[in-house]
Amino acid sequence: MSLFILVALPFLGALLPGLMNSAGRSATAGVTFTVSLTAFVGLLTNLPTILEGEVVMARVDWMPLMGLNFTLMLDGLGFFFALLILGIGLLIIAYARHYLGRDDNMGQFFTYLLLFQGAMVGIVLSDNILLLIIFWELTSLSSFLLIGYWKHLPEGRQGARMALAVTAMGGLAMIAGMLILGQIVGSYDLSEILQHRDLIQADPLYVPALVLILLGCFTKSAQFPFHFWLPHAMAAPTPVSAYLHSATMVKAGIFLMARMWPVLSGTPEWFVIVTSAGLTTMVLGAVIALFKHDLKALLAFSTVSHLGLITMLLGTGTAFGAMAAVFHILNHATFKAALFMSAGIVDHAAHTRDIRRLGGLSRLMPVTFLIATLAALSMAGIPLLNGFLSKEMMLEESGRTVLFGTPWLVPALATFGSLFSAAYSFRLIGHVFLGPKRDDYPATPHDPGAGLWLPPAILVALVVLIGVAPFVVEPFVKLVTASLLGAAGVVPEAHIKIWHGLVPALFLSLIAVFGGLILLSVFKPALRLWDSTPRPEAKAIYDAIVAAAEGLARAIILPLHNGAFTRYAAIGAVTIFAAGYHAWITGTLDAPTRTMQPAGAVPIAGWLMLLGATAGMVLLHRNRLLSLILIGIVGLMVSIGFVFFSAPDLAMTQFTVEVVTIILMLLALNFLPNRTPVESSVLRRVRDAGIAVAGGVATFGLSYHFMLRDAVSTPISEFHLANSYKGGGGTNVVNVILVDFRGFDTYGEIIVLGIAALLIYALTETLLRGPVRARLLNRKPDQPRAGDTHPMMMVVLTRVLLPIVLMVGFYIFLRGHNDPGGGFIAGLIVSIAVVMQYMASGFGWTSARLRYPYHGVIGAGVLTAGLTGIGSWFVGKPFLTSDFTYVRIPPFKEFELATAMLFDLGVFLAVVGAVMLSLESFSRLARLASEVDDDHPMDIDPSREEDDADGLTSTARAGV
Amino acid sequence: MTAATELMDIALKIAFATLALGQLLSMVRLLIGPSPGDRILALDTMVVNALGLVILLGVYQGVQIYFEVSLLIAMLGFVSTVALARFLLRGDIIE
Repeated sequence: MSLFILVALPFLGALLPGLMNSAGRSATAGVTFTVSLTAFVGLLTNLPTILEGEVVMARVDWMPLMGLNFTLMLDGLGFFFALLILGIGLLIIAYARHYLGRDDNMGQFFTYLLLFQGAMVGIVLSDNILLLIIFWELTSLSSFLLIGYWKHLPEGRQGARMALAVTAMGGLAMIAGMLILGQIVGSYDLSEILQHRDLIQADPLYVPALVLILLGCFTKSAQFPFHFWLPHAMAAPTPVSAYLHSATMVKAGIFLMARMWPVLSGTPEWFVIVTSAGLTTMVLGAVIALFKHDLKALLAFSTVSHLGLITMLLGTGTAFGAMAAVFHILNHATFKAALFMSAGIVDHAAHTRDIRRLGGLSRLMPVTFLIATLAALSMAGIPLLNGFLSKEMMLEESGRTVLFGTPWLVPALATFGSLFSAAYSFRLIGHVFLGPKRDDYPATPHDPGAGLWLPPAILVALVVLIGVAPFVVEPFVKLVTASLLGAAGVVPEAHIKIWHGLVPALFLSLIAVFGGLILLSVFKPALRLWDSTPRPEAKAIYDAIVAAAEGLARAIILPLHNGAFTRYAAIGAVTIFAAGYHAWITGTLDAPTRTMQPAGAVPIAGWLMLLGATAGMVLLHRNRLLSLILIGIVGLMVSIGFVFFSAPDLAMTQFTVEVVTIILMLLALNFLPNRTPVESSVLRRVRDAGIAVAGGVATFGLSYHFMLRDAVSTPISEFHLANSYKGGGGTNVVNVILVDFRGFDTYGEIIVLGIAALLIYALTETLLRGPVRARLLNRKPDQPRAGDTHPMMMVVLTRVLLPIVLMVGFYIFLRGHNDPGGGFIAGLIVSIAVVMQYMASGFGWTSARLRYPYHGVIGAGVLTAGLTGIGSWFVGKPFLTSDFTYVRIPPFKEFELATAMLFDLGVFLAVVGAVMLSLESFSRLARLASEVDDDHPMDIDPSREEDDADGLTSTARAGV
Repeated sequence: MTAATELMDIALKIAFATLALGQLLSMVRLLIGPSPGDRILALDTMVVNALGLVILLGVYQGVQIYFEVSLLIAMLGFVSTVALARFLLRGDIIE
C-alpha cells in the first residue's frame, strides 16, 4: 500500500466513528477496527521490501521553497514502530469497545484515537523533519483530547492540560533544534540529514541543536525532570493509558532519539546527557512506582522507569546498546500494554484500583491473574519471558558503560533500578492477586468477557513466545537495529539467547530478582520510611511554575491590555510617535521634489467643514446623538474628498459604510443613555488630549513630508496598473487587486467579517436568554414616543425605491471589474435597500418575507468564494488563480466573463449577510422591549379598511 | 475661449460658490442647533448640497463616473436622515 494512503487512512477514517455513532457501539468500534486493520494490512504488504533491507519512499513536493516536502520513508525502524502502533492499536480498539461504558460517547473516543494513530504513523514514516514536527504536534493535540476524554473528571482535564503543556513546550524546543539541524545540513529531509554525521557533529551549533531536540524527546518520553506529566495523564480511560503510555506516544521521543541516533549519538555530550537522564529516570521511576497504591500510577511510574532504561541504552552510543533498546521497546510494549489492560479489567471488576483494597483476586479472576502475572513476571525480568532477555542485555551493556569516570556507577544504578522494578512487579502480583480473599471489595470481582481479556492475552502470548524462543524475533530485531544504526554502526554479532553462561549480567539479574523479593518482604517498614521522607511533589512545583508564569504574563500584559480601547489607542499612538520622532531626529530630510498645488475656494470650504465638524465633535461629544450627526458630516466630507481626489470607488464605499454605521449606532443608542457621563479626571483628559494632538501633528507632518516627495522605492501600484488588465482581465485596478492580486486576503477578510457577524448574533442571543431578558421586557421608553410607527409615505417610498436600488446594486456589481464598483459596494447598497424596508415597514413584515436566513447567506458567500478559488486546482493552477474570457450572446455586445466575478459574488453575499445579520441582531434586542410587533406594513392602510375588525384594531393600535 | 465656455465657466464658479456657502451655513446651523430636529435637517441639507457639489465637479472635470457617486448619494442619502428622524420620534428605528 502506498505510504500516503497508509498515513492518510487513520485521518480519513477518523470521520467514520463520529458518523457511525448512532449506529450503535459495536458498529462504531467495528468501523474503527476495520480502518486500523486496513492500515495494518497495508503496512504488512511492505514487509517483503523491508525484509530485503530496502527503504520505501514516497515524495510529494509541498512547499519546496521552505524545504517542507511531504516525504515519507518506510525503513526497518519506521516499520517496527508502525507495526507497534497499528498492531497494539487494533487490540486497544477491541478492548475499548468493551471497556467504555454506555455513558461514554464512543464515536468521539474512536475519532480521537484514530487521529492519534494517524499522527503517530505520520511521525514514524516522515522523511522530512518539518513534516515530522507537524505530526509530532498533532500527537500532542490528539493525546490531549484522549487524556481529557472524561471531561467531567477534574483530574482528567488537569492531566490533559499538563501533558499538553509539557509536551508542547518540548515540541517548541524541538522545532528550534530541527531548524538548526536543517540549517547545518542544508536540507530538511531525514534521508539527507542522516548521511551527514561528521558535518553535524563538527558544527558549533551541534550542542544547541542536540539539547533542543533532546528537550522534545525527553518531554514526550517523560524523562527526568519532565517525567511528572505521565502519571497525571493516567486519569484517562485505561485503553488510552495502555495505548498512549505504554506503546506509542511516550515511545515517540524514544523513536526520535533512535531516528537521530546515527547523526547525533556517539559524542560525549550525547552520552552524558542521554545516559544520565535515562539512568536517573529509570531509578527514580522504579523507586516511586513501588510505593504507589493506585494500580495505574504504579504502572505509570514503571513506564517512566522503563522509558529511562531504553533512553539510557540509546545514550550509550554503542551498537549493542541500540540493539538492546530496540528489543526492549518491543518487549516493554507487549508486557506493559497487557498490564495496563489487566489493570483496567481489575478496575472494571472490583471498582477500585487501590492496591491496598485489593488482594486475593487470583481465585476470583483466574484468567486476569494468569495474564497479569505473566506480564508482571516479564517486567520483573524472570527467565523464559521476554523482559528477562532485554533486561539482561541492558545489564550487560551497563557493565561496559563508564559514566563520569566511575566504572561501577552505571551497573550499580542499573541493578538498583532493576531491583525496584522486580519489587514492584512482585508487589503487583502479590498484593493484588495473591493473599487471602477479602470480603470488602467495592464490587464482586469476576473475570470479564473475552472482549476484555483476549487483547492482553494475545500480548502475553507474545511475551511468552519471545521469552521462550527469542530466535524467532532475532532477525527482525537485527533488521530494525541495522536501520537504526544506518552507516554509523555495525549490527552486533551476538545472539539473543536465554542462557549466556555464568556472565556478570546473570549475577546482576539474580541480585535484582532476589533483592526485589527481599524488598517486598519488608514492604511495610519500607513504606513507612518512604512516607516519612519529605520529597518534592511534582504537581505542586508544576502548578507553582504555571502560576508564576501566569503572574508574570499578567504583570506584563495587564498594563498594556486592560480592555479599555483608550489605553490601546494611547499606547499605539505614543509608540508610533516615539518611533517616528526618533527617525526624524536621527534621519536626514531630502529637499522636496514636488511643488505645492494651489487650493481652490471649494476645497477650502470642504476643509473648513471637516475642521468644524471635528471641533464640534470634540466639544459636543457628550451628546451622543449629536456626535453621531457630526460623524455623519465627517463621513460625508471625506466621501466628497475622495471624489475630489478622483477615487470614486472609495467615495462610494465610504458613503454606503457611513449609512450602515449610522443605522447600527442608532440601533445600539436606543439602549444607551443619551449623554456620555464624565468618567475621567481633568488631568487624565489633558494627558489624553496631549497624546491626541501629538499624534495628529505627527500624522500631518508625515503626510506633508511624503506629499512633497517622490516615494523612496517604486510603489507597487505601478505593477498593479501594468498587470491589472493583462493578468486579471479588468481595468478597475482597485477591484482587480481585491479579487485577484490579493484575492487570498479578501477571502480571509470575508471569513472574518462573517465570523464577526455570527459572533454579534451569538452574543445578542445569549444576552436575550440571560437576566437582560427580564430587564428588556420591563423596559419603558425613556422619552415619549410619537404615534406613527410605520408612516404610509415611508412605506410607499421605500417600496418603490427597492427595485431601483437593487438594480443599481446589480449594475455596480456587474460593472465592478472594469469600472468603479464591485461586490463589496454592491453588497452594502443591497443591504441598505433591505434595511430601508425594515425601517419603513417594520421588523415583522420584512422578516416574514425573507426566504433565506442571513447565516446561510454568509455561508453561501464564503463557500462561493472558496469554491471559485478551489476551482483553479482542477486546471492545475494554485488556489484563486483567475481566468477570463469573452463571450457574446446576441443581441448583446461582446462582454467579459471572469472567474473573479464569481469570487466577487462570494464577497457580495458575505457582505450582505454579515451587515444584515449584525443589524438584525441588534434590532432583536428591541423586539423584546417594544410592546407590539405589527405584521402590517402600514398603520393606516386603505385597502384594509374593508376588513372591519382588523382595521379597527390596527388603527387603535397605531394610537397606542 | 468662446463665449459659451466662458459663460459655462462663470456659471460653474457661481454654482460652486453658492453650494459651498450653503454647506458652510448648514454647518453653522448644525453646530448651533438648537433642537436635534434642526441638526438632522442641516445634515440632510448638507447631503443634498454635497450631491450638488459632486455633480458640479463632474461637469467641471468632464468625468462621467462622478454621476454614479451622486446617484448613490441621491438614492441612499436620505436613509440616514430617516434613521435619525425615526430615532428621535420612536427611539427604535426598526420596529
